[in-house]
Order: sequence, then structure tokens, then C-alpha cells
Amino acid sequence: MNQPIASFVPLTTTLMDKHQESPGIFTLYLKLNTSAPFNFSFGQFNMLYLFGLGEVAISIMGWRNNLLLHTIRAVGRVTQPLVQLEPGQQLGLRGPFGYGWPLEQTKGKDIVFITAGLGCAPVVAAINHTVEHKQHYGRIVILQGVKHHNDLLWQTQYDHWQNTGNCQVLLAASEEYKHRYKWRLGMVTELLNFAEFDTENCAVLMCGPEIMMLAALKQLAKLHVADEAVYLSLERNFQCGQASCGHCQLGPFFVCKDGPVFHYPTVKPWFGLSGI
Amino acid sequence: MIKHFLARQHLDQLFSVLSNAGYQVVGPTVKDNAIVFTELSHVEQLPWGRQEIAKPGHYQLTDTSTNRCFAWNTGPQGLKPWLFKPEQPLWQAEQTEQGLCFRQASIEAHPIAVIGLRGCDLAALKLQDQHFLQGPYPDPYYQAQREQLFIIAVNCAQSAETCFCVSTGDGPEATHSFDLVLDELEEGYLMGCGSEQGQAIFQQLTLGPQVSKDQLHTAQKQLADASQQQRQMPDEDSLLKLTENLEHPQWQDVADRCLACGNCTLVCPTCFCSKQESTSDIKLQQAEQVRLWDSCFSEQHGYIAGKLFRPEIRHRYRQWLLHKLANWQQQYGRSGCVGCGRCISWCPVGIDLVAEAQILVKGTPHEPTDR
Repeated sequence: MNQPIASFVPLTTTLMDKHQESPGIFTLYLKLNTSAPFNFSFGQFNMLYLFGLGEVAISIMGWRNNLLLHTIRAVGRVTQPLVQLEPGQQLGLRGPFGYGWPLEQTKGKDIVFITAGLGCAPVVAAINHTVEHKQHYGRIVILQGVKHHNDLLWQTQYDHWQNTGNCQVLLAASEEYKHRYKWRLGMVTELLNFAEFDTENCAVLMCGPEIMMLAALKQLAKLHVADEAVYLSLERNFQCGQASCGHCQLGPFFVCKDGPVFHYPTVKPWFGLSGI
Repeated sequence: MIKHFLARQHLDQLFSVLSNAGYQVVGPTVKDNAIVFTELSHVEQLPWGRQEIAKPGHYQLTDTSTNRCFAWNTGPQGLKPWLFKPEQPLWQAEQTEQGLCFRQASIEAHPIAVIGLRGCDLAALKLQDQHFLQGPYPDPYYQAQREQLFIIAVNCAQSAETCFCVSTGDGPEATHSFDLVLDELEEGYLMGCGSEQGQAIFQQLTLGPQVSKDQLHTAQKQLADASQQQRQMPDEDSLLKLTENLEHPQWQDVADRCLACGNCTLVCPTCFCSKQESTSDIKLQQAEQVRLWDSCFSEQHGYIAGKLFRPEIRHRYRQWLLHKLANWQQQYGRSGCVGCGRCISWCPVGIDLVAEAQILVKGTPHEPTDR
């Protein structure tokens, strides 16, 4: 766990650039107003504060040219006005909080990334990391599901991973898909049947709606992938990021502190239960 | 522990010695027909001759035949609001010419000496200390007031109908975390010390002759009487079984009675949930972030954009009970219930968590979990 650059009181950050990824989804490029290094793990999250309106927990999408990247879907009371900020405007940031993806422990294994919808955002940087350090890993398989093929963010990124990165990239759209070789019609979890990886020596990293992850877990069990190989990122109501406010509890876990990335066997007794 | 006798007429000395030592005395008084902890300036403000009748959904003060000031057991709140404030500013934001600036809210704490805390209150304090101070992010506001706290505990001489501290192992005797401890007798107090700070106060008091055997016997008899309690919380191992009974029909049964008002969580001395509120002035120059007590009975507690994780009351009651009695054990090494019984008497519909827990730990014919 990295020490937050700001834990209680937000740090001022400046929006340097903003890029619309799809209808309603934007990536914010943030400059931190500090000379201190921002140490983070892929999969951790920050609390972004919009003046007078409040904070919202957003996972870290990446770090590029000394700028912090957050990809945000404008759906809530804070996120809608947040994506309307213009370059030059400022916001607050606390974080990073929680545990990220286990990219050290998984060395030497085939890595399977399963994401759906905006679940790809907290995983993109981890994929890039494994692709850039491919010598440490086995095969890399990237599965992403969307509703409509136009919903796919970072199309060129997926092309890059497939063509240059030598990864197996499989895409699924549940409603409409492109008639191209890597696209299939259906759920992302069905793509597992076409994924080429060593089921006995792999790590599966998942992020997306819980219903998708539950379906993927069932599919993985059929393929005899052990629970111990699976890691997943969970989303809850994070208000403090410090395991204090109590909202993000899942059974005995504070998802903000013990997660958001969990080793599946740890969280298995509580994962996917209704009303918990 | 060696105890010394403080005559009733010398109780006011304790107040003046504490005051001279720089402490604001905080203690019980009668307000709005309840025992309430407030800042006190003289001993007459204590609830002399008053006792509570506490039952499920019922709290009423009554006169007692004795002239004691600790003849009651609990009021709606103990120590919690003095350390974990119901409303705590966290930080301010300001739009300046240099840009957006943040500053931490000022930390306001002053020495307070709280008199009248019971074994259950001290157990709750220990749990709140664990939550607010011993995690990766110690809470500066809690910490500042905690460091300036002097505690005069009282051993319970009686139990209310709602008390069950014996079964949780937290009372009726105060055994830790105090600076001074009292047994109240008809003629005065047996006083013991629990810390060096306590000793420093103790030495300035006019204490009577050696405590008599009769007095010690009376104090022990009182504790034994207070230990006769009607309610018994199942032991901690049994409470862990709650996690195996997530689909027990009793969850729906209790949900049909529960109003989800959150009273139980507000009076609970260990509940720690909070929410944050953001406000700004009308010119959009100054903004503030404030932390407020929150309750897991609120629908919003488990809300993220577009999804309610605990949409129904049975989910939220289950969250409260499961967390308090079972998951708390994994988080903090023991159950989060200290047996004070506040949640029972302050529940407007009289839900008795002990009775519910007793039913729920028993389990039910196996049903598949809704997954």
C-alpha cells in the first residue's frame, strides 16, 4: 500500500487536458500541485473533490507525462459537473488509497484480463505494464465486453496490444458488434472459451459489474482455474478512503482499505451475495 | 486495588480539585427527562435520587428511595459524542487569487474530566480508540480530545432491565481505562485510582479513614446484585454463526417491525459510521467539508451512482447486526456490542437485539444462499 500524497486534506490539482472517450465518458489529465512524487499502484483509487459539491472515488487510469489520468463516467451528482470542468480549472485530490493489482506475485504466469464496460479503466495501466514487461509474464489475454461496439474505449490501444504487444485480444458486444475477427456477439465471459492460456499457471484479473464477474467465475471454474488464481476489483460507497466512515463494508472487509483489488479466496464468502 | 472513602459532603471537592487542575467537569444531569452528559459546574446538577426504568422501547426517569447520584445505568449517550463529534468540520476550501486552497479545520480540544462512566462505556471507548486511533489513519480530531480526557468511572450498583454487560464481559464493574473509580454507598464513595493522573487528583481530596470491611462488603454486594441480569447475549463463537444464517426468515420478521430510523446506531456507543457533507457560500468562494454521524439504516449508506447495495430494511438490519456482533470480531478482535442496552430502550418499536440475536444464531433448515 502506497502512502497517500494527501490523506485527510485534499491536494490542489489542475485540469490540464480533457478528452471525451465516448458519450458520457471523459478522461481528465491532472497536474498535481506538488513537487512530491506521486507513488501509486495500478488499481488504486483517488478521491476527487469538486469545489462545494463533494468528493467522488475514481480509480487511477494511468500516469503519462507527469499527469495523472482519471477516466470518469458522468452519471452522478459530482461526476456530471466534474467532467464539465475546462483546462485550467482546479479540483482537490486525496489518495491514492487501497491495494492495487498484484503485478509482482503474478510474474511467470499467463495473465488473463477480464473487464466489461468502464471496468477496463482501472486495468488499462496494469495491461500496459505487463505488455511492457512481457519477459516476466507468460501469455497475455485481454477480454473486454461492451454493449455496443461503439462503446469500446481506446480502440487503438486494443489494436496496439494485439499487433505490437503480441497479446490475444478478444472483444464482445452484447447488442451490436463489428464483423471483424476479434469481435464476437455475446457476453465477455463467453470469450473465455476462446482464450488461450495455461489454466494451471495463470492469474485472472477482473474488473466490471459484479454480475459479469460472477458469470466469469463460473466459467473459470468450468475451465478448472483455481480460485487462488483470481483477483477482482470491487466498487462500493467510498467516502473517506481510510476505513473510517463505514460505508464500503463488505462482510468483515473495508473495501477501501482491504481492496478495492481483492484476492478472490479472501472475499469469496461475501462476494456476490444480494443485499450485503 | 486499595480504596479510600470520600464522604458524600466532600464530593464537591472532587469537582473543585478537577477544576483547579484545568479540567472542565462533564457528567450526568437530568435534561428532557433523560440522563444526559453535559458540562457541570457543581454537584447539585447531578441526578440525585433519580433512576431510569428502561425496557424495550421505553425509557423513563423515576425517583428512588435513596439519595444517590449514580442510581441510574445509562442515558441515551455515553462518551461517544465527546470524542467522535456528531458534526466535525474536516477542512475548508477557498478560491483565492493563487488558485484553489485547502486547509485543515482547526482542532478544538480541551481537558475534560468525565464522571459517571460505566464498564460498558469504557469497553466502548476501547473499541472507538481501536477504530479511530489504531488504524493506518489516526483521526486527529478524536485523538486531540482523547489525549485530554480524564475518566472517573462508577461501578454499577444496580442494573436496568435492558442491561446485559455481564454476558458481553464488560460490566458491571469498571476494570480498565479510568483514572479514578467510584463505588457509591449511602454515606459516600469508595474511591480507587487507575492512573498517575488519577493519583494526583486523589491526593488532593479529604479522604476518610480506612474503608471498613462492611463498606467493602456492601460494594461487593452491590456489584453482585448488578450482575443479576435478565438478558444474555450469546457468546462470541455463537455470534459468528450469524454469518452462516444470512437467509434466516427472522431477518424479514425483524424488518417488518423495524422502522429503519437509525436510533439504535445513534445511541450505540461503538457505532462509528459517518458521512461527509460539502457546502459552499453563495459567492462560491469558500467551501467546507463536514463529517456527520451516519447510520447503516439509511438507504444512502450503501449507495453508489445507480445502485443501492442494501435496498431493503432486512438488508440494513442484517448489516447492522452482522457487523456489530460477528464481523466486528474479525475487524477488531471482539464483538462490537458492550451490553449497555441503549439500542433496546431507544428503539421506538422496542426491538430487542439480544432476543433477535438469540433466534438468529440458532440457524434454520438449510436454504440455498441467494447469489
